[in-house]
Amino acid sequence: MLDIQGLKKSFGGVIATDDVTLGVDTGELHAIIGPNGAGKTTLIAQLSGDLTPDAGHVVFNGKDITTVPTHRRSHFGLARSFQITSVFMGLSVIDNVALAVQAHDGHSFRFWQPATTQARLRKPALEVLEKVGLANRAGTIASAMSHGERRQLEIAMALATNPSFLLLDEPMAGMGVEESAAMVTILQGLKGEKTILLVEHDMDAVFALADRISVLVYGRIIATGKPEDIRKNADVRSAYLGEA
Amino acid sequence: MTDTTSAQLNQHLRTPDLFGSASGRIITLVFMVILLCVPLAAHFLGVRLQLVSLDFITRILCLAIAAVSLNLILGFGGMISFGHAAYIGIGAYCVGIPAYHGYESGWLHFPLAIFASAAFALVTGAVSLRTKGVYFIMITMAFAQMGYYFFLSLDEYGGDDGLTIYSRSMFNIINIENKLVLFLVTYACLVASIYAVYRIVNSRFGMVVRGCQSNEARMKALGYNTYAYKLTAYVIAGGMCGLAGALLGNFTTFISPDMMGWSRSGELMFMVILGGTGSLFGPVFGAVTFVFIEELLSTFTTYWALPFGVLLVLSVLFIKGGLNGLIQRGWRRD
Repeated sequence: MLDIQGLKKSFGGVIATDDVTLGVDTGELHAIIGPNGAGKTTLIAQLSGDLTPDAGHVVFNGKDITTVPTHRRSHFGLARSFQITSVFMGLSVIDNVALAVQAHDGHSFRFWQPATTQARLRKPALEVLEKVGLANRAGTIASAMSHGERRQLEIAMALATNPSFLLLDEPMAGMGVEESAAMVTILQGLKGEKTILLVEHDMDAVFALADRISVLVYGRIIATGKPEDIRKNADVRSAYLGEA
Repeated sequence: MTDTTSAQLNQHLRTPDLFGSASGRIITLVFMVILLCVPLAAHFLGVRLQLVSLDFITRILCLAIAAVSLNLILGFGGMISFGHAAYIGIGAYCVGIPAYHGYESGWLHFPLAIFASAAFALVTGAVSLRTKGVYFIMITMAFAQMGYYFFLSLDEYGGDDGLTIYSRSMFNIINIENKLVLFLVTYACLVASIYAVYRIVNSRFGMVVRGCQSNEARMKALGYNTYAYKLTAYVIAGGMCGLAGALLGNFTTFISPDMMGWSRSGELMFMVILGGTGSLFGPVFGAVTFVFIEELLSTFTTYWALPFGVLLVLSVLFIKGGLNGLIQRGWRRD
């Protein structure tokens, strides 16, 4: 479904993405792990369209989207969540999600009718909130929510664009044990229904969820395989899991 | 798929509030009524006090419309334009220049003012919105100064001496030569502007613009072409401010490039911030307060700008959410 071919990106002398080639199959949950500074964020930025690679291609559903701007990728069915929580703090939870629904309900050059009275935006939004367990918080202002809840909202907004592919950038970032467990449950529910590329630091979560794992070190993929293979791989152990 | 009952859904359908809190509603309405009735009463009772005269209040109303339009992009869209006075100037010259050539119809002046301002906003916004932060502030100011020097160089229309308008815009249904009529028309335009902003910021379009202010990266990831929406908002605000300029030109019957200098842009920004950015009536509170304080201080001392500046700094530092914030929550601190 997503094919990354020979992707390269450097900043000055620093090579952040070094010839990354990677395929994500339809329906798969593919995780990318790697130590800090491995180039995970740079890779995600190129997949989402925030950065243009120096070389290589990103092919999505057979279409080369390497230079397609961010906002158009969303309309191909590619949604992302952010490592640093990116919700609209001043808006209520349901307003946040309704705005995501609206992005895929035709153009928004509609200047007069109040958006907050429109059932065709609010109903799908409420349904997505039920899915991630936030329906009872729909009226809360996002800034008044806990960090864990905002992370859930983050996922809800990505889901509300009705994507076929989810790019999740460290959804467990900064979460406690219980919150992480709740997020694993949510992602488990999405598995199979959506194709997911998960970048995550939380090893327990990654090994519990992933169908395949790729290990990124210094901008290069050093191994790709099933969780049990990755666990056994000697290179990975020395480079990342901290064992000689 | 989970079922959302209509009862659950109905809880989350709400009509956006025009006035904010309950106490805010009363104070706002009283304020707007005073703004209408006091100058009318003063006019009919023959009170000769400058501060409540039709002329003085009409000038404030014109600036309030300009502040309301600036607030649309600054307060709701996060676009800090430091060149908004350009549209006042363009709007005013769209009255002055045709009048100079003998075209006196208001049906020409006002649409021309709005469209010329919107066109200027479209061209300058298309460039400015490619930049962010302090660069956006500087480039909007630079464009406005270009407008300033353009009109300054038009010797035919008075250059920096300005241009006197000998006859106000002619309408076949009303006569704005009469200052009472001009006051009422300006007041109606202000109310219409506020209502338009209310509808716009709560519409689908408005939600997109507010989303861009809050988190533009997220808006792009959701699939919005944020540039197009922000530019549209920028053009609407420009057109609305052009209307303020046309009214101000008619009111002063004398126009000069000074109407669109960068200090005027700064004053407009200040009115918005003082009144409360991102609130519907805040810019009106801001404009009224700003001009009143300026007027009062200047009667006491020629160096009025100094204490005025101190007052402004203090108000920004200590009144959270501007005057509107104060009105909405009363004196409670939270």
